[in-house]
Amino acid sequence: MSKQIIATTSLAGCFGCHMSLLDIDERILQLIELVEFNKSPVNDIKTFTKQVDIGIIEGGCCNSENVAVLKDFRKHCNLLVSVGECAIMGGLPAMRNGIPIGECLHEAYIGGITVQQNHEHIIPNDEELPMLLDKVYPCHEIVKIDYFLPGCPPRADLIWNALYALITNTPMDIPYEVIKFD
Amino acid sequence: MEQNITQIIRRYGNDKARLLDMLIDLQEELGFIGTQAVELLADTLHMSHADINQTLSFYHFFSTEPRGKFTIYLNDSVVAHMFGRETIRKALEKEVGVSFGQVTADGLIGLFSTACIGMSDQEPAAIINNKVFTKLTPYRVKELVRHIRDGRPIEELATESYGDGKNPHPLLQSLVSSNIRRKGMVLSDEYDYGSVLSTKLPKMTPEKLIAEVKHSHIRGRGGAGFPTGFKWEFCRRAKGEKHYVICNADEGEPGTFKDRIILTEKPELVFEGMAIAGYAIGGDEGILYLRYEYRYMREYLEDVLQKMRKRHLLGKNIAGIEGFDFDIRIQFGAGAYVCGEESALIESMEGKRGEPRDKPPFPVERGYLNQPTIVNNVETFATIVRIVENGGEWFTQFGTEDSTGTKILSISGDCLFPGIYEVNWGFTIADMLDMVGAYEVQAVQVGGPSGTLIGPDEFYRTLGYSDLSTGGSIIIFGRQRNLLKDVVLNFMNFFIDESCGSCSTCRIMPLMMRDKLVKLLDGNGVAQDLDELQQWGTVLLASRCGLGQTAGNPVISSLKNFRYLYEELLQKDVEFDQGFDLQAAVQESCDYVGRVPVFSHH
Repeated sequence: MSKQIIATTSLAGCFGCHMSLLDIDERILQLIELVEFNKSPVNDIKTFTKQVDIGIIEGGCCNSENVAVLKDFRKHCNLLVSVGECAIMGGLPAMRNGIPIGECLHEAYIGGITVQQNHEHIIPNDEELPMLLDKVYPCHEIVKIDYFLPGCPPRADLIWNALYALITNTPMDIPYEVIKFD
Repeated sequence: MEQNITQIIRRYGNDKARLLDMLIDLQEELGFIGTQAVELLADTLHMSHADINQTLSFYHFFSTEPRGKFTIYLNDSVVAHMFGRETIRKALEKEVGVSFGQVTADGLIGLFSTACIGMSDQEPAAIINNKVFTKLTPYRVKELVRHIRDGRPIEELATESYGDGKNPHPLLQSLVSSNIRRKGMVLSDEYDYGSVLSTKLPKMTPEKLIAEVKHSHIRGRGGAGFPTGFKWEFCRRAKGEKHYVICNADEGEPGTFKDRIILTEKPELVFEGMAIAGYAIGGDEGILYLRYEYRYMREYLEDVLQKMRKRHLLGKNIAGIEGFDFDIRIQFGAGAYVCGEESALIESMEGKRGEPRDKPPFPVERGYLNQPTIVNNVETFATIVRIVENGGEWFTQFGTEDSTGTKILSISGDCLFPGIYEVNWGFTIADMLDMVGAYEVQAVQVGGPSGTLIGPDEFYRTLGYSDLSTGGSIIIFGRQRNLLKDVVLNFMNFFIDESCGSCSTCRIMPLMMRDKLVKLLDGNGVAQDLDELQQWGTVLLASRCGLGQTAGNPVISSLKNFRYLYEELLQKDVEFDQGFDLQAAVQESCDYVGRVPVFSHH
């Protein structure tokens, strides 16, 4: 069997889901036998070099760059998996949803009690910066997502079981203890 | 005011575990729970304001603002809508002169919505100052509002005709009807109250009693179906300073109302069952956790308890058994569906938010006040009495092998005779529909919104733990109903309102599913949406409690059995349509920081 190719990214997330992926411990050796990594922060490959079987998405979309990366993943991956709270439901970053973006920026750069030394009241607006979206979107509202793995973060066992099933094309074994949130 | 508040707190011995009772009394006696009350509670009970506020804000029937001298809570359940709830809402708004959620300027009348109040066989219904008004019509609304404005007291508004059965009892004087249509062993009139306690228990050890219950194979009547005998055995074996018996009378599953009938017509049976359980597990304190919607039964039930004490069926050395002490108090809820979950119910009884606990440990080991506790349904306790009276073996001849005994069904919706039916387990849906006079049936919701929606090709199925399990709610939908718009959407709104918010899955996923359903109903759906709905139903299984895990069931169940209704709504030849527009999405932030959106580098 030829190795399946995997790509991963963290959009508006905290990298916790990637950490949880690394929590599969010694099974990572088994994983390396089964798969090859393409674009991913794990190996620091920045751009896709070929078509990929499985794309793993952590985090939702809070800015234009997230949207571009997600669309790029959709283009290059046969299957996309939303992993974790933020990718599926927006998560913590989505707490800003419902607050006008102007208020958020004002709080972050001008009015917030921890803001110091921004005497000119500058809000970053360089063209190189990604543009903020009006709210944080879950990934499935931007592109088609094939599978959803819940958790904050999903347990290592859940990521492993799901990945293993996808790679080997076998049914997923997910007992309640493994998907349970807390 | 301050004196009143202090008095109420003292009424419960300044015990913070009785916070719920204090808040209920404050709400009833002051009409609202303001900052002054919160401050006094916090100071006296040595709790933070946040602790008080989180309990206060959790329950529907508490408010921080006055809700009117007369507070009208109009039921918002699916069956209420089927029987003209919208007409009643409009009539109320017109007569009272304010919209729902508001109080009249003179503070006389407030209009509010509430989830299923357990009156599905006599909708539309409303609760006004703890009295229940059923079968409302626009004329009756007009009359009620006029009488309120004329200054008549609430008791006088509810005198036009009392319901059947025990409802005319001087301590109930209720307009509610019991509508018992079919009696079995539990609702039967042949049992002589107290005879098991006084004649059977003296000849039985607790171990023998538990063995008898186990032999009957009775499983919990609340819906989850855990074998009662094992629960009692685990609890008896668990070590603790005290063991508690709790009766779960928080029936909040829309369409369920059987506990109301059992407690109205056979309260002695339920209390006797609790005492039997106390004997079995070695507990001397029983608590009936009664949903606030049934507050009108309070004096009546207290009176029943008092009479049982007089007959020595409660109290010290019951039935002459040395050391068999048992008494019961009533704990009211304050409006929260999730408190029907046993560990949430226990949290609520301790004066906290009704959030389910993480398990294990289970309540049989660490329940109320961290002591071994059994929580059983009203119907389970009532049934137990008949089991101990006649023996476990006798009980197994009713029902089926894996579902022994009878089940009391609350049947409502499109049928000629809605009401209470006690049947043997193993009854088919087809027979049931014939029994209640339901014709031209499109679908039946078995087990309430968290249960299953089935169509005619599955009416051969039977009621039982291994096929169609139910805590008792059966709602029938005729051909004229729009299942997705009128039923599934209502159910999803219910789950959104009732989530305790502890798990993000249950807090957010039902909202996403509702939005998706609305998208489909608006004609913007694509095939991908159905796949997503299906998968999200699985994601919900990550939730901590059964309520969260089943919160997607209205969609999942209808998608499975009525998929064509969804497919009819889909756009043809469109693969993906989520309506996301990048340009529009970045406009606001670009405007704010003063930059021109550029998309070329993507």
